[in-house]
Amino acid sequence: MATIIVVTSGKGGVGKTTTSASFATGLAQRGYRTVVIDFDVGLRNLDLIMGCERRVVYDFVNVINNEANLNQALIRDKRVENLYILPASQTRDKEALTKEGVERVLNELKVGFDYIVCDSPAGIERGALMALYFADQALVVTNPEVSSVRDSDRILGILASKSLRAEQGDEPVKEHLVLARYAPERADRGDMLSVNDVLEILGIPLLGVIPESQTVLQSSNAGVPVILEDTSEAGAAYGDLVDRFLGKDLPHRFTSAQKKGFLQRLFGGS
Amino acid sequence: MRLLDSIFRAPSSKSAALAKERLQIIVTHERGNRRNSPDYLPALKKELLEVVRKYVPIDQSQVKVHLDREDGYEVLELNITLPEEEQRVVQQRSNGGGT
Repeated sequence: MATIIVVTSGKGGVGKTTTSASFATGLAQRGYRTVVIDFDVGLRNLDLIMGCERRVVYDFVNVINNEANLNQALIRDKRVENLYILPASQTRDKEALTKEGVERVLNELKVGFDYIVCDSPAGIERGALMALYFADQALVVTNPEVSSVRDSDRILGILASKSLRAEQGDEPVKEHLVLARYAPERADRGDMLSVNDVLEILGIPLLGVIPESQTVLQSSNAGVPVILEDTSEAGAAYGDLVDRFLGKDLPHRFTSAQKKGFLQRLFGGS
Repeated sequence: MRLLDSIFRAPSSKSAALAKERLQIIVTHERGNRRNSPDYLPALKKELLEVVRKYVPIDQSQVKVHLDREDGYEVLELNITLPEEEQRVVQQRSNGGGT
């Protein structure tokens, strides 16, 4: 039976889809059968980040409405074995995601997969609520910035009260913090919330810190999940994150500013 | 001057400390709001039950406490159902006292 993981944040533009794409790709690379579902009905984007936008025929809503079956809608990734994408509908609205429909599709997927990654839309409306409702675990993506941290806290409240696990009084959804777009030198300078500041405010365990990196934009330009760029800092950070999720005890990298070179020390001030 | 500033970098504003302080205040406040209703309602219900029981034997299911929040104000709704038999007994007693 598969484990369902929601990638959520409340605020938009913090890196949910980037994280979903890389996290799912990393799990599949390590041999787990993984499907990543785009819950952002009406604003589909996961297909672009995964580089499969031209192969979308049927989507999640088609499957919910029995207009297509799962095998017709699932897109098999061409680079990584064991990885499948279920794209969102571009034409419907989020009301198309019924609780019963989502549950039926997830139950069908649970049989054949190890991990189901749900890429949540921004906000706290239906799409976001449906993405987290059936989750066993949650990756809460946060940027070191006030509005993102506040919205993440709000999402943590929703996970604790409106998920199926909360409603049934089961063991609560396991929460993991993913701190993305982190700039260690700015945090060192006191211009950006540090990893510890965010941890202190949100109070959930840290799964990974993804440094601000030009590679993220470059790889999304190309439709390649950034984890596949494993020589880049962001790619390596996602690799560590997946290993940590699977139980490896790895120290956090890219959380402190790199040592300055001679010229930087000479001209760099503090 | 600006060039020198950019080379030697002006002392940092330490705005992160301000961000943290503001966040801690707002997040604590919002968590309080979220948790208030589930937290004190059961206790309120229990105490109400004890008070009413001093006069009328009722059980847990006969007290309903509901809190509604609408923009700007809150409505606390209490609904206590008195058992019919008991009402009859009370009525009889009061009738008896009248004659």
